[in-house]
Amino acid sequence: MSRTAISVTDLSKKYGERLAVSHATFDVPLGTICGFVGPNGSGKTTTMRMLLGLITPTGGTGEILGESIKHPEKYLPRVGAMIEGPAFYPALSGRENLNYLATLGGFSTNRVQGLLDQVGLGDRAKSKYKTYSLGMKQRLGIAAALLPDPKLLMLDEPTNGLDPEGIQEVRTLLRALANEGTSVFVSSHLLSELELISDYLVMLRKGEVVFTGKMSDLMLDQQPVIIAKGANDEELERLLAIAQTAGHRAMIRDGAVHIEGPASWALDLNRAAFEAGITLSQLTPQLPNLEETFFEMTGEK
Amino acid sequence: MWNVAFSELRKLRRPTLFLGTMGAVVFFSALFSSLLFLLIDSPDGNSDRGRVVGRDVLGLATGGVQGFSSVGGFLGIIALCVFAAQTAQEYTYGTLRNILVRQPGRMRVLAGKFIAMKLFALVMIILSGIISVTASILLAPRAKVSTDLWFGADGRHALFTTFINIIISVIGFGTIGMVLGLLLRSPISAISFGVLWLLIVENLLIAVKNSLQDWMPGAQLATIASGGKPRGMTTGIEYSHALLVGGIYVAVGAAVASFLFVRRDVSN
Repeated sequence: MSRTAISVTDLSKKYGERLAVSHATFDVPLGTICGFVGPNGSGKTTTMRMLLGLITPTGGTGEILGESIKHPEKYLPRVGAMIEGPAFYPALSGRENLNYLATLGGFSTNRVQGLLDQVGLGDRAKSKYKTYSLGMKQRLGIAAALLPDPKLLMLDEPTNGLDPEGIQEVRTLLRALANEGTSVFVSSHLLSELELISDYLVMLRKGEVVFTGKMSDLMLDQQPVIIAKGANDEELERLLAIAQTAGHRAMIRDGAVHIEGPASWALDLNRAAFEAGITLSQLTPQLPNLEETFFEMTGEK
Repeated sequence: MWNVAFSELRKLRRPTLFLGTMGAVVFFSALFSSLLFLLIDSPDGNSDRGRVVGRDVLGLATGGVQGFSSVGGFLGIIALCVFAAQTAQEYTYGTLRNILVRQPGRMRVLAGKFIAMKLFALVMIILSGIISVTASILLAPRAKVSTDLWFGADGRHALFTTFINIIISVIGFGTIGMVLGLLLRSPISAISFGVLWLLIVENLLIAVKNSLQDWMPGAQLATIASGGKPRGMTTGIEYSHALLVGGIYVAVGAAVASFLFVRRDVSN
């Protein structure tokens, strides 16, 4: 039995002369929550579409739950998916839309009400889809993805349009599913969210995989950063000069100087700033978060 | 395939679509049949394009289904619209990706949808037949039309053949609608193109060059619905010719659209 939920090798998709996905190679272990990140247009949705059999790869191979992606009929009954946002029939109610998909997939419609309750739509089950807010549509999309009681859940931006409470509910739901053994492959532009829930990460840039592995490994590899603030812009410039003279990479961002270096160097910086007559209003050593790492690795911003 | 058909029926039975369509079918079936009898003495004619269908013709075994036969082409247009809308809306709503994730066999998806829409069309035809024949029976005495032959063996045969002809014609129109929906991927474009072509472009072309009627798809399917050229008329399309040419149009269109549907990436 395969130990990976998703395994792709050299997966590529070309539209004319443009390579949307270029020789993507990565594995997603079973039972993990894997974050799938990359800037807009980096090929995330195209990759998901290839994995779901909606578009044909130009090259490469892939396996989902041990079955080749050339035969989606063998694994899709065990896969739940929501890609590029929820899509349902506006004139049907939430329940009718799920009944439609349950009948289509050969699943029992008895599960529908339970799923609607699970995503917080139980009391709006009879309302037409066109009357739903963006957050409610998103919840219905997640309920639809859960219809087959999936072994693998593929979600594209599942928290789009959700309020903070809804985002937290999705986070709890995904963690609960992973604890029960469901593998989750989730893309989101809310990197702070992915950082909170992901065990594993696949990072794309311009169609190429730039990182694949455990989230903890990625973060451990990152250079610690010291964030220092002075009283004004002139002091920021002087702090920048101090850091650079000491041989550290540094830049001014968001009204603070970000200096690459070990936490222990914060003491030296504090001393040097005092001697230069600079009063520090903030001096914080920290590891970069996923967002900063993402920008660093993808060359964005 | 059957799962697709059953799920599609869930959509087709929603009240707005089902009752709206059936309401239109009842209204127009009653109207077409009633006019045949109510305008029987009108010098402007009582049938399509000012044709006069007299008491002698209505008194034949086929008289009872004359109205049903006349409304057949119109049922075809309704079927074209329903089939086109139900197919193309999967692209505009983005629901096709949901369908293909749950049922990746694309030919099964097409076949299932087709079966469901054929059942919908069948209900439409049966309802139209009931309304048309009932209206004819009720209005015949008032128009002094003899109904003796309607209820004999020939009358039953006429009802049966008309029913079969209308089914063939309506399914043909519906298939063309489905093909347009798959090719144009927009309900408005598919319906506009189909209806404009059938109601305006074809008629204009035939008006300019009459022999073109032998080769126009809509003319063939309408001819099948009416069972061939009207009795006693020397002009018009032969039934067998309409069946062959119409069949070729439908088969080629369905083959091309199916091929594209199976091969095309779903990227919306």
